[in-house]
Amino acid sequence: MNLHVAADAPQGFLSPTGVEIAFVLVGLVTLGAAIITVTTRQLVHAALWLVVALGGLAVEYLLLTAEFIAWVQVLIYVGSVVVLLLFGLMLTRAPIGRSPDADSGNRPAALAVALAAAAALVWVVVDAFRTQWIKLDKPQGTTDVTGSVLFRHWVLPFEALSVLLLAALVGAIVLSRKSKDEPGGNGRQNRNGRPTPKAPRAQSDPKAQSAQTSQSGQTSQSGQTSQSGQTSQSGQTSQSDQADQTERTR
Amino acid sequence: MHLAYPAVLAVLLFCVGLYGVLARRNAILVLMSVELMLNAVNLNLVAFDVWLRDALHSGQALTLFTIAIAAAEIGIGLAIVLAVYRNRGTSAVDDLRDTAELPDDGGDGDDDGDSEGAAAEEPDEADEPGVSAPAKASQKAEATA
Repeated sequence: MNLHVAADAPQGFLSPTGVEIAFVLVGLVTLGAAIITVTTRQLVHAALWLVVALGGLAVEYLLLTAEFIAWVQVLIYVGSVVVLLLFGLMLTRAPIGRSPDADSGNRPAALAVALAAAAALVWVVVDAFRTQWIKLDKPQGTTDVTGSVLFRHWVLPFEALSVLLLAALVGAIVLSRKSKDEPGGNGRQNRNGRPTPKAPRAQSDPKAQSAQTSQSGQTSQSGQTSQSGQTSQSGQTSQSDQADQTERTR
Repeated sequence: MHLAYPAVLAVLLFCVGLYGVLARRNAILVLMSVELMLNAVNLNLVAFDVWLRDALHSGQALTLFTIAIAAAEIGIGLAIVLAVYRNRGTSAVDDLRDTAELPDDGGDGDDDGDSEGAAAEEPDEADEPGVSAPAKASQKAEATA
């Protein structure tokens, strides 16, 4: 491990390099976007400021010479996760304008906890890593290095992760299926793979009623039409209507 | 680069996400704050990986795994939020108090408007405070069927 100590380090606190200046500027943008994300009262704006925060983090990864992680960050977070969050906001009918109840009642407690945690952790981290520098002379996270390491040393966790993604996919599909007993969801019952036990009973009710009306005709003609119309429900009802009309004409 | 810069930025991002998780009311905004916390952890992992020059690049591999797990988490979380919204008509985490132990009455007062049909026909089962949403939906379905 090429660790530096403060004595022979070429850098210092008051002589920041260009990479450090860029890191701090992008970090300020990222932090500001994150703060707006958790404090804004417009829900869609929160998702869009989250894009700025995650994109800023991708730039930080690039400045730390981890380019593959940076592009994966752009691809997955900015590309898919924020889109998923926007879909979730739209599907739950989130208000477009300002919503006054975006924050819950325990906001002062949350602020106190967050400020206390930030103060304690910043103090500990600055005190612990005061004399450590990162050498950025050689890129550490190119796609070549990351790919070879990932598929040579980390291939078993990688495969386990693919199984986890499959389980998450199946779980999301199962959770987001329409419930079979939901009112108003009758049009989507046929799209489910399983026929619901309630659906044939609901469809059999008009059949029984039309059969009763055709049997009430008591004529041989209406009985034949009701037996011939057993294939389709609509055909049966139309033929039973014809049987009723013939009955009325008699 | 000084190591304190990415470490302090990760700490601040984590605390911003912590505030969002505790203070937000909409479940999807809570999920956004969880994403911020996970990204703070990712920044820490990448920074320490580059600092230590790990031969196996454990930090970057773990960052990739964390990103994939976060994607799975956001999918499952949104599916749960949508199921709750379909059953309850709200996605505010403050309104989901079915398992709260109220001192005065054992019933769940927030859920009366949702389970009117079940409460009208099966009042003894609808007044249980610990019944979750799918169980209630199935009870209501059995009651109406």
